[in-house]
Amino acid sequence: MFDALSDRLDGIFSRLRNRGRMTERDVDEVSRELRVALLEADVNVRVARDFISRVKERAVGEELSKSLTPGQQFIKIVHEQLVETLGGTTGKLAMSPKPPTVVLLAGLQGSGKTTAAGKLARLLKSQGLHPLLVGADLQRPAAVEQLRVLAGRVDVPFYSESTDPVNVARGAIAEAQRLGRNIVIVDTAGRLQIDTDLMDELRAIDAAVEPHNTLLVVDAMTGQEAVNVAEAFNEAVGLDGVILTKIDGDARGGAALSVKEVVGKPILFAGTGEKLDEFEAFHPDRMASRILGMGDVLTLIEKVESTFEEEEKRRAEELLESGRLTLEDFLEQMQQVKRMGPLQNVLGMLPGMPKEIRNAEIDDKEIGRVEAIIRSMTPAERRKPELINGSRRTRIAKGSGTTTTEVNNLLKQFKQVQQMMKTMPGVARKVKGKKGKKAKSGKGPRTPLGGGIPAGFPGLPEL
Amino acid sequence: MVLVIVIIVVAVLLVAGGAALVITRRREHPRVAGEPLAPPPPRIPADLDVPVPTVEELEALLEAPAPVVEEAPPPPLPEVIEKPRLRDRLGRTRSAFAGAFGRVRGRKIDDETWDELEEALLLADVGISTTTRLLDAVRTRAQEASISEPDDLVGLIRDEVTVLLDGDTTDRTLHASPGEPNVWLFVGVNGVGKTTTIGKLASQRVADGHRVVLAAGDTFRAAAADQLQLWAERTGGEIVRGQEGADPGSVVFDAMAAANSRGADLVLVDTAGRLHTKSNLMEELKKLRRIVDRTPGACKEVLLVIDATTGQNGLVQAKQFAEAVDVTGIVLTKLDGTAKGGIVLAIQSELGIPVKVVGVGEGVGDLITFDPKEVAAALFEGDS
Repeated sequence: MFDALSDRLDGIFSRLRNRGRMTERDVDEVSRELRVALLEADVNVRVARDFISRVKERAVGEELSKSLTPGQQFIKIVHEQLVETLGGTTGKLAMSPKPPTVVLLAGLQGSGKTTAAGKLARLLKSQGLHPLLVGADLQRPAAVEQLRVLAGRVDVPFYSESTDPVNVARGAIAEAQRLGRNIVIVDTAGRLQIDTDLMDELRAIDAAVEPHNTLLVVDAMTGQEAVNVAEAFNEAVGLDGVILTKIDGDARGGAALSVKEVVGKPILFAGTGEKLDEFEAFHPDRMASRILGMGDVLTLIEKVESTFEEEEKRRAEELLESGRLTLEDFLEQMQQVKRMGPLQNVLGMLPGMPKEIRNAEIDDKEIGRVEAIIRSMTPAERRKPELINGSRRTRIAKGSGTTTTEVNNLLKQFKQVQQMMKTMPGVARKVKGKKGKKAKSGKGPRTPLGGGIPAGFPGLPEL
Repeated sequence: MVLVIVIIVVAVLLVAGGAALVITRRREHPRVAGEPLAPPPPRIPADLDVPVPTVEELEALLEAPAPVVEEAPPPPLPEVIEKPRLRDRLGRTRSAFAGAFGRVRGRKIDDETWDELEEALLLADVGISTTTRLLDAVRTRAQEASISEPDDLVGLIRDEVTVLLDGDTTDRTLHASPGEPNVWLFVGVNGVGKTTTIGKLASQRVADGHRVVLAAGDTFRAAAADQLQLWAERTGGEIVRGQEGADPGSVVFDAMAAANSRGADLVLVDTAGRLHTKSNLMEELKKLRRIVDRTPGACKEVLLVIDATTGQNGLVQAKQFAEAVDVTGIVLTKLDGTAKGGIVLAIQSELGIPVKVVGVGEGVGDLITFDPKEVAAALFEGDS
């Protein structure tokens, strides 16, 4: 959808023939592109302005590194600044010395409070706490019912009454004490920050139960409005943190930065999917990469983790280390990759891909054709493609319903990939040795993709 | 782990073909900034099938949603039940813009003026590319007409916005033919207000004397069907629902059958919120659409519900949903806040999908037809 910032910045820097240090003029020029990138990611206009001026301050005078292009170096600075702003540590809930600890969830309609409440309860329970879920959204039809069902699913007691939200919250504390629950999660009705009646109600709930954690639930797809919302809720009830929901979509999530700037409190959790266990601590570094459109390697890794079996992973790695890839292996790997969803999506998560590849329209049907061709080969042919002569080629084309040209193309491409693989084993071993250590920017292992992933790309976190 | 990723890349490269090979040759040198790559050009994605509202049923068209609800439903309504005017509801928005314009007023048009205008549009979620396009057009026209007063610029922007929204020619009615079961399918990401919109529309239509069947096609979210059921009870519509976790297709099928046998003329299909990135869920949606299409009196409207607070992702959403189920119109919800829903400008201008109705409050009457001129005026008329 959007051009990666890195491509654009590289373009600009190539015009500047400046070596040595980044001058103010260089930085001014690229800052414009940074602004566009931030705005496209839905960072608030004013927040973006402040953020850019901070980046400028940091970048001007920076000595240019030899191993990074100036564009990459600038992005590295931006990335670091983003991570810093988004909050270095992934926070924890404040615990009350005198149980129960109270967590109050507030936010706009449809931001995902009820779901977040259920997920939070599940997470806390798995950490050994004893949560009580409280349905204080008496506004939306069946909201209480929804939370009751969720509570049942995560096996956590549930409390609500059909009086008014303040009473519900108050009653919940008593109920928690009675049941010996040590953490109370209160779901409230969605409200517009300009709805004075409902904001007063929220203040009343806040005053009645004095929550130890008042969390604002924000949809990752929110646009410029995020700032107004955060400001108003913070003013009304004093926020302690933020839950960012629906980050499993493809929104760039600039709202996270906007909210963080306004509230100044950490983003604690992120909702990463529809299932109740898809909820986790917030990772500022991932979000930073995402806002800058740098792909999301960590998400990709997680996806790989969840689709590839241990055994399969080991095989893939062996394969790479040996540097020999047969069509048979390829077919097998292809099956795994297919399980991860459309190829295009997988590709989108890889950082630093050249635009030409990232934007290439990949039809998943194409995989089917490739598969058909390989499957029409004999096992011997798959292992030794050199065997394939003219008549075999015709047979394969017929068997797979393709043309000999297509078979030829595949073989040609495969040969080139094979060559690429051959140059890799050394690299692969090196990478393996370094696993777990932070690849230092600029000195990071040259990935087998060479120019594909720029060396020391700042978006590549620990792998 | 790096290795597994590499495997994927290799796979991708092999399939994606030629483009891949460029990098392999390049691997010795980090890519020099700006150095042109010379792979075969990427295939250009097939043009989107931009849904055009059909006009063939023109004679048979029913009125646009009548905002007047005769009888107050059980829950007390905060507002007087009469057609709320968009402009009244956009009051806050208007003043926000007035603020932006207020600063530039009475001065000469200079760079700062344009910056202020740009910021105002960006803050409305119009997005940087649409904003730039809009302001470029205004700049050209301002030069042609040698305009020197910031106040006059406002008029120009208003015109351009109306043009962008295709104010004069776009058909914004919700289509339905009398005498057969009409179906309106509601789709969208999670939490945008699909169920609430259906509730409001149902009560308006029932009040107009239609027989309405609500299909609780959201079998995923806990208690979504209950929520719709409460709306059905409030409005006097009928509801068809299945078990939680049931196949939404079967619910829709049953709803169509029920509509037929009960002589209902409108079926409103609620669907589970889904992110447009989940291919399996989008496939499910396509299936729902097929089921609806199979029944005589085929699908008349597929309405994408978008939350006014949505940022630039709204455009991506619209693209993906349009590709999957041929969206015929947008429902813009939650416009009663300070969010301005500027993303619909981009959606209409880039995808040609018009906003048909807007939600401006929690009451059943707070769902009104979208009038671009009114919106443009409301957005850009400073209350001097």
